Amino acid sequence: MKYKLGKKEKRNLIRIVFALCAFIALFTADKCINLASAVGGKLGWLLPFFLYLAVYIAIGCDVLWRAVRNILRGQIFDENFLMCVATLGAFALAITRGVNGLETEGFDEACAVLLFYQAGEFFQNYATNKSRVSISSLMDIRPDHANVIRDGDAITVDPSEVKIGEIILVNPGEKVPLDGICVKGKSALDTKALTGESVPAEVEAGMSVISGAVNLTSQIEVEVKSEFYDSTVSKILELVENASDKKSKTESFITKFAKYYTPAVVFLALALAIIPGAVTGNWTLWTYRALNFLVVSCPCALVISIPLSFFAGIGAASKYHILIKGSNYLEQLDKANIFVFDKTGTLTKGAFEVIDVQPACDREEILRLAAIAEKDSSHPIAKSIAEAYAGEIDDNGYVLTDISGRGISATDGNDTILCGNEKLMRENGIEFPEISGTGTRVHVALNGKYVGTVTIADTLKEETTDVIGRLNALGAKTVMLTGDNEEVAAEIARQAGVTQYKASLLPQDKVTEVERMLAQKNKTETLCFTGDGINDAPVLMRSDIGIAMGGVGSDAAIEAADIVLMKDDLRGLPLAKRIARKTMRVVRENIVFSLLVKAAILVLSALGITNMWVAVFGDVGVAVIAILNAMRVNSKYKI
Amino acid sequence: MKKVYRLNNLDCANCAAKMERGVCKIDGVKSASVNFMAQKLTVEAEDNDFERVMDEVVKVCRRVEPDCTIAR
Repeated sequence: MKYKLGKKEKRNLIRIVFALCAFIALFTADKCINLASAVGGKLGWLLPFFLYLAVYIAIGCDVLWRAVRNILRGQIFDENFLMCVATLGAFALAITRGVNGLETEGFDEACAVLLFYQAGEFFQNYATNKSRVSISSLMDIRPDHANVIRDGDAITVDPSEVKIGEIILVNPGEKVPLDGICVKGKSALDTKALTGESVPAEVEAGMSVISGAVNLTSQIEVEVKSEFYDSTVSKILELVENASDKKSKTESFITKFAKYYTPAVVFLALALAIIPGAVTGNWTLWTYRALNFLVVSCPCALVISIPLSFFAGIGAASKYHILIKGSNYLEQLDKANIFVFDKTGTLTKGAFEVIDVQPACDREEILRLAAIAEKDSSHPIAKSIAEAYAGEIDDNGYVLTDISGRGISATDGNDTILCGNEKLMRENGIEFPEISGTGTRVHVALNGKYVGTVTIADTLKEETTDVIGRLNALGAKTVMLTGDNEEVAAEIARQAGVTQYKASLLPQDKVTEVERMLAQKNKTETLCFTGDGINDAPVLMRSDIGIAMGGVGSDAAIEAADIVLMKDDLRGLPLAKRIARKTMRVVRENIVFSLLVKAAILVLSALGITNMWVAVFGDVGVAVIAILNAMRVNSKYKI
Repeated sequence: MKKVYRLNNLDCANCAAKMERGVCKIDGVKSASVNFMAQKLTVEAEDNDFERVMDEVVKVCRRVEPDCTIAR
């Protein structure tokens, strides 16, 4: 979505450009032919005065108006008011010079201050509005209507009016308005905006569909399972909308700083005008220097660039389907140095897979036999075997018998296949070799003779080793928590490369374990827990930063987590950390840079080395640079 | 109870900070936060007192930034 200037902004821009042109023309004319001396005489200064005053009023009438209005409401430290005091003061000084017959100067300065001030304000407005739009483009997932079937007719209503159990029609090209189950039709759904998954998901009757997905190919009927306020899309929208509600420590610091900064500068200015003025008697000189102070009295550069940086960081993350619930989490994530992971579904795929078949030369035959035996079972291990077998499963006439706790026997009268664990083999007097290594073993025997062994295990996600390696390289501590036994945990921990692991933990033990780690760590350390959101909501809440993966469809996780990786990809974690790091670096740069420039201007003004030109350039310039720096956060990141 | 209001025409970040400070000082406001980037005001106050508190909030905001309006 591109940002377009509003009516008010367009008018402002035209005004600034016109005033700038007029100012430049006037300024050049004045410098070349010296307008005051062109007229000559005692009242020569009146010509430049009126010309500059015209430009001043053209550019600054609204500032003057706001200053008057705000001072009537008792806002002494209002920036408009202070700007006006500074510029009108400069005018007054220039008039005094004119009246006293000195060389005319100073009108241009007063005019320029207001002009640049306005230009700076315009730019700030533009920048903030622009970054607001970049976030709200995420709101594209909001469905605007639902076609609900009532009394046999499809009527179009607002999604919030549809009740649980009603049937809605979703036409191709429309967004699914509510969560539910597909009851009729077959189509492909685009969930890219929700999960970042670019391959469309196939749905047919009986499968669940999530709101916010776009129906691509053909009409489907969906039975609604949750009301709109409770639907996935509402939850995500709420999260995005409230993203910057929680303020970081840095932001609070800046707000507090701003509270004291303006009054402090104003009082310094007063003191600077009165004390040395009274001592030396040179009132004009010291008043002029004091007016310089007022020009830099607005803490705008800081006040605007810091939230803007955080906002840009949150916006950048959301482009990569990482939802961050507040700028405080960005701040903490930058410092995070203890990364705790749940094993199943986070580091590993959470699904069983055939990782080995022995002896390898008979792989196809072993898998064929095992698949025949296991084909009807719904156990995850059995399913993984059926999936691993490439050919067609020939099941003619096999009678399957489930031997509880042992395995399965399949017989077609001639051949008998035994498929199961060691107990099954031993009880049938079949000899089998011991195989070392982790994983669940399924031994296969045909007619009382050992054929081979299939090893099944939950495997690491492709990106896990890389991600853990990168975190370790940052000097972070990586810890894996799992409910699996020691042997399995050790093997996965070794493959993943985590620095520590804890095995045989029940879900409630995970909370205790995380609490123990929280108690042990230093105050400066930050603990970040990453889980898939199933069963670990308490841990997500308890840790400093809770990160839920593949958040779509798990409402509890979205609510409990501080950061949600919508895409089920662990690489989102180091990416989020990089974004956090960049955000915090930009924030620090902006704070230091703005404060230094302001302090320098104050000191130089007090010493009389600078003039109002430098002051206003410094002030507006530092704001513009800080804003541009803040926008840098929302750039492209390598995954 | 916590309520969130949309702020229209909130143009200056410093005013947002001033508003936040002003609203926090109002008698009956438990907590308040003005989010400049999201242009939102969050106010927490007792249920039965909310209307009166909000009237005060509107007054305070009008004093700080007359152009800015609260969508109630």
